[in-house]
Amino acid sequence: MKTQANIHKETPLQRFWSEFCESRIAVGALFILIVIVVLATLAPWITPQNPYDLAQVDVLDGKLPPGSEAFTGYTMWLGSDGAGRDLYSAILYGIRISLTVGLAAGVIALIIGTVIGLVAAYAGGRVDAFIMRAVDIQLSFPAVLIALVLVAILGRGIDKIIIALVAAQWAYYARTVRATALVESAREYVEAARCLALSNTRIVFRHVLPNCLAPLIVIGTVQTASAIALESTLSFLGVGLRQTEPSLGVLISNGFEYMMSGRYWISFFPGLALLLTIVTINLVGDQLRDVLNPRLKR
Amino acid sequence: MTPIIEARGLSKKFVKRLDLAGKIAQRLGADIHEEIVHAVDNVSLSINAGEVVGLVGESGCGKSTLGRIIAGILPQTAGTVLVDGKDTADMNSTDRTAAALAVQMIFQDPFASLNPRMRVEQIIGEAPLVHGLTDRAGLSDYVDDVMMKVGLDPLLKQRYPHQFSGGQRQRIGIGRALAVKPRFLVCDEAIAALDVSIQAQVLNLFMDLREQFELTYLFISHDLSVVEHIADRIVIMYLGRVVEAADTEALFDDPQHPYTRALLAEIPRLDQRKRDFTPIAGEIPSPLNPPSGCHFHPRCPYVMPVCKTEVPKLAAQHDLRQVSCHLDNSTRRIID
Amino acid sequence: MTVISVEGLKTHFLTRAGVVRAVDGVSFSLDRGEVMGLVGESGSGKSVTGFSIIGLVDAPGKIVDGSIFFHGDDLSKLSARQMQALRGSRIAMIFQDPMMTLNPVLRIDTQMIEAIRAHEKVSRKEAWTRARDGLAQVGIPSPEQRLRAYPHQLSGGMRQRVAIAIAFLNNPDLLIADEPTTALDVTIQAQIVHVAQKLCRERGTALIWITHDLAVVAGLADRIAVMYAGRIVEAGDTDDVIDHPRHPYTVGLLGSVPSANQRGQRLTQIPGMTPNMLALPEGCAFRDRCTHSDNQCSKAPQVSTDERGHAIRCFHPQYVKTPA
Repeated sequence: MKTQANIHKETPLQRFWSEFCESRIAVGALFILIVIVVLATLAPWITPQNPYDLAQVDVLDGKLPPGSEAFTGYTMWLGSDGAGRDLYSAILYGIRISLTVGLAAGVIALIIGTVIGLVAAYAGGRVDAFIMRAVDIQLSFPAVLIALVLVAILGRGIDKIIIALVAAQWAYYARTVRATALVESAREYVEAARCLALSNTRIVFRHVLPNCLAPLIVIGTVQTASAIALESTLSFLGVGLRQTEPSLGVLISNGFEYMMSGRYWISFFPGLALLLTIVTINLVGDQLRDVLNPRLKR
Repeated sequence: MTPIIEARGLSKKFVKRLDLAGKIAQRLGADIHEEIVHAVDNVSLSINAGEVVGLVGESGCGKSTLGRIIAGILPQTAGTVLVDGKDTADMNSTDRTAAALAVQMIFQDPFASLNPRMRVEQIIGEAPLVHGLTDRAGLSDYVDDVMMKVGLDPLLKQRYPHQFSGGQRQRIGIGRALAVKPRFLVCDEAIAALDVSIQAQVLNLFMDLREQFELTYLFISHDLSVVEHIADRIVIMYLGRVVEAADTEALFDDPQHPYTRALLAEIPRLDQRKRDFTPIAGEIPSPLNPPSGCHFHPRCPYVMPVCKTEVPKLAAQHDLRQVSCHLDNSTRRIID
Repeated sequence: MTVISVEGLKTHFLTRAGVVRAVDGVSFSLDRGEVMGLVGESGSGKSVTGFSIIGLVDAPGKIVDGSIFFHGDDLSKLSARQMQALRGSRIAMIFQDPMMTLNPVLRIDTQMIEAIRAHEKVSRKEAWTRARDGLAQVGIPSPEQRLRAYPHQLSGGMRQRVAIAIAFLNNPDLLIADEPTTALDVTIQAQIVHVAQKLCRERGTALIWITHDLAVVAGLADRIAVMYAGRIVEAGDTDDVIDHPRHPYTVGLLGSVPSANQRGQRLTQIPGMTPNMLALPEGCAFRDRCTHSDNQCSKAPQVSTDERGHAIRCFHPQYVKTPA
């Protein structure tokens, strides 16, 4: 028996990575995204100020332009906002909150949507029809509208925002998983599993689900980006997170009133951070879609 | 002797129901109906232990559907499947699992039939582990053993299917089936997707395994020359029905049904040179809307008025030979 | 009269993983009305040879060496436009999937009339008549109706007939058929082979029938060329190649075809796998699967031709007779 040919030596992960690297833009985006995530994670240790700690915030430092010396001695490279928070610190803390909310909402929606989608695909018939009509109805409303209504009912706070985002987004996952699962269930390896008298649960979770992961990862990234944007929108509108725990949306909203008075930086820098975060996530997601989509494979 | 597999009056209908929009359109007078395909139409078949039965037909003849019903992958619409003389529908769950494992299937597409996210060890070892044929400790040896039986290097068991060639993948598929110690294999076009030189390897493997493990095969193929090589007995299907069944030798020496004759005349053979290809006329009709009476009558050179109205019975002539045709033996001789 | 003559054709693909020598020094020629079977397994380069002749090799593939003469004219000297004019009029090709030829969103008549008018200045009316006659010639019942159909309304066999009708619209001198019956049922395959055979005989069209199925070309071809890993390893009259194969690969391939006289016996199989085009052995590409190979085979064997024109590329020619 001869051993295998050289072309197949790379593992699926290596192959995936080398295909991902074919786009320089995506690699650049991934790099920036990693930098953003690392900075946000390390925020409490690398920022000069804890913007949540009122003892460290001085109103006298308010509305300072970028590069000014703070009352307490350090340089505010990005300036400060109306309440005297150092914008650099506030932005890193803000990204932290925005990412947490986006990721938490993304993961919970993914899990709920996946389970519902699998049930629909596997049960078929009336159950499937019922679930998919619910998905259709949900998807016919703009996500921001659903989130707004829910937040209005539930009130403010991180947990409530996450619930609202999950409610607005589960349907995307459910629809994708159902479609993929239907295609995969018709493949011969699933027939083979049935022929081997394996249980339905096993077939669904061990055979079908792992093969639905590729599209899930793709919409997972894109939906996380849109969850972050959604959260910022809600916060900007003043129904999202509280002033005491400023996310990027809250920061932009705070600076908005000073826009016309020439103090652009209070809105501009948080806005730039938000833009960078969302654009890089989407660029990475786009490349993932290209690499993972079997139809685009040569 | 009790046949290892017996199919009695098996039928399978695929119905494509109308959805709500379709129903409304139909009420409003649109020309749409539920689509019903009689993929398998009252087929009976019995296979004795140790036999190799070839099931031959063209696309849409229902051979794969029949194979899947027998392998327990598809439920039948009517009829019964008996394993060792016992109706699978009447079995308790233990017996049913045992019967299901006894009948395994080998698929056509060596790419789609293996789970791309599993390593070979998992693909082969999953079912034996679940059904208690081995335990975690013995799994590795168990898989090694199976891989060697199908001619694969056990060192490759940590690899994924895409790292193998078509022929090796088909061996993995065979290994997966053998791992649950079946007695009966349904091979659905199991070599059709492989290169010629690899086909011979896999065909040889099937023959070796048959000897080694006393397996019984239902060998489904569109290729008469492959079936002629491996099968003891051949069943020919056309649009869901059996048109002829006979011993391989008898079938090739003296084909009786006009469709069988057409098939035999048209398989390309190495020993025929610069031949004039004189095909039988007509398309294979859509199974959605099969011809009345004998399904073959629009293409049959010997068609008689009765063929258009009455379905011919599958009549046993002697022993194992069955033909479903309105022509009787004497008429057929005259035509010759 | 020689219609096509291919000399030392090399078509390589420059991929990320390395250079794939899909066609690596292929030579043959075909006279008017001659039928050649080009036989090989996957990766043998048989289809790329066909695409190279018709000038449809896509990037990263490239003809890197050799020449193709069509009626004595070197095709590599032609401009893209001249090649375009030649393609579909004097050289035609049909594919395994007829949808390579057919446009799914256009009716058959539109496609056929366009195919005629692209190469000739004729009225729509006349083109339509020729299209109808073309369909009738490939045995399509009620051609007037079929002309109004869209490709998806036809069965696979019908589509392949339409593709053949389109190929013959402008009376080509050469037809390249790339596995046109592989996806079809036995009875439909016989119909398609019949139609192609009939039209080529009537019009004196030279035919290259590319296939993996030796049995089909045994009944169809005047000559057979067997390809392995980008090279023709054996070529000659059909009878010579099938009855007295000389190259061990051809011998093995013929042994792999099941036939009546070995019923129930093991087939003489070729060991190993179809070659990996990125990691071919030095010298003779077949040597790691060959039971006759020795040190000599680490050098590439040259073509040797006997007086009957039976050519092989091997240091160890076999003298066997295929059991009839």
